[in-house]
Amino acid sequence: MKCGVVVFPGSNCDHDVYHVLKHVLGQDATFLWHQDTSLKGCELIVLPGGWSYGDYLRGGALAALSPVMAAVKRHAEAGGLVLGICNGFQVLVEAGLLPGAMRRNERLRFECRDVFLRVERDDLPYTRGYRKGQVIRMPIAHGEGNYENTGPELDRLEASGAVAFRYVSPRGELDAEFNFNGSARAIAGVCNPGGNVLGLMPHPERCAEEVLGNSDGLPLFQSAVAAAARPFQSAGGAR
Amino acid sequence: MRAKIIVYPRREILDPQGKAICDALHRVGFEQVKDVRAGKSFQVELDAADPAGAEQALREMCRKLLVNAVVEDFEVEIVRTEGTRAEAAQ
Repeated sequence: MKCGVVVFPGSNCDHDVYHVLKHVLGQDATFLWHQDTSLKGCELIVLPGGWSYGDYLRGGALAALSPVMAAVKRHAEAGGLVLGICNGFQVLVEAGLLPGAMRRNERLRFECRDVFLRVERDDLPYTRGYRKGQVIRMPIAHGEGNYENTGPELDRLEASGAVAFRYVSPRGELDAEFNFNGSARAIAGVCNPGGNVLGLMPHPERCAEEVLGNSDGLPLFQSAVAAAARPFQSAGGAR
Repeated sequence: MRAKIIVYPRREILDPQGKAICDALHRVGFEQVKDVRAGKSFQVELDAADPAGAEQALREMCRKLLVNAVVEDFEVEIVRTEGTRAEAAQ
């Protein structure tokens, strides 16, 4: 499958994602520059972590207006796969492809650590390699990953199954102590109604090889690659 | 024309930065401080003659880029109506 990793000025996890797609999974991976207006036939688009445009104004706000994002929006609206990791999640939120907003971490600390995530959806193109309720471990590294939305909108997201991952304790329970950035409802990852766009703050590309001591992130990429081979049924039918 | 845009976290949303600043103000003796919201401001120079039209454009700028309406509110104020951009730069 042809996979595109978007490079914004300030992206710094682009090569990690490229490595997983190309060398771990053997896919045809390529970099897309933020000024590109075409996705060059890529089926899976990944917006990587980093500090696009120096996080000026708000994390992801300026990247969301870059030329490549118009093509990414068209791809997403046509049902194409778009994955945003960390800053890439912020870009998707600012671009309006995912709901909500990201704020400064509640404890005002840059959190660089492993977290435990509970898989809330195992029927998404990115999560079929997991089981619903499974607890996985992934690293986070961000200062602004405090997911926020209005109360009614959060209720709507929960009801529609938009929450893909939640920060939990090692035993899989909701616990404020393990919600390191203070995200509303401990939300670590959300998807769009079609399930083809996913954003998450943790870094699956940093735990996708046994040699790194953790490969909990690998099923996410394996699932996406497998999903590209067969079209995804929209969330309504899949749940 | 010069305008000022102030962006601050919405009232109903906890502002961790503002709270930390509020606590620090208490520590240096300003016990009367009840709440602080930490935001940002923009000074915008415009080529525009009509204040109403300019204000409309400024609000549009906020909606399209300067403000994230999920977590932020904003205020727009025309600070000075006379003068061109060249004069303002002096």
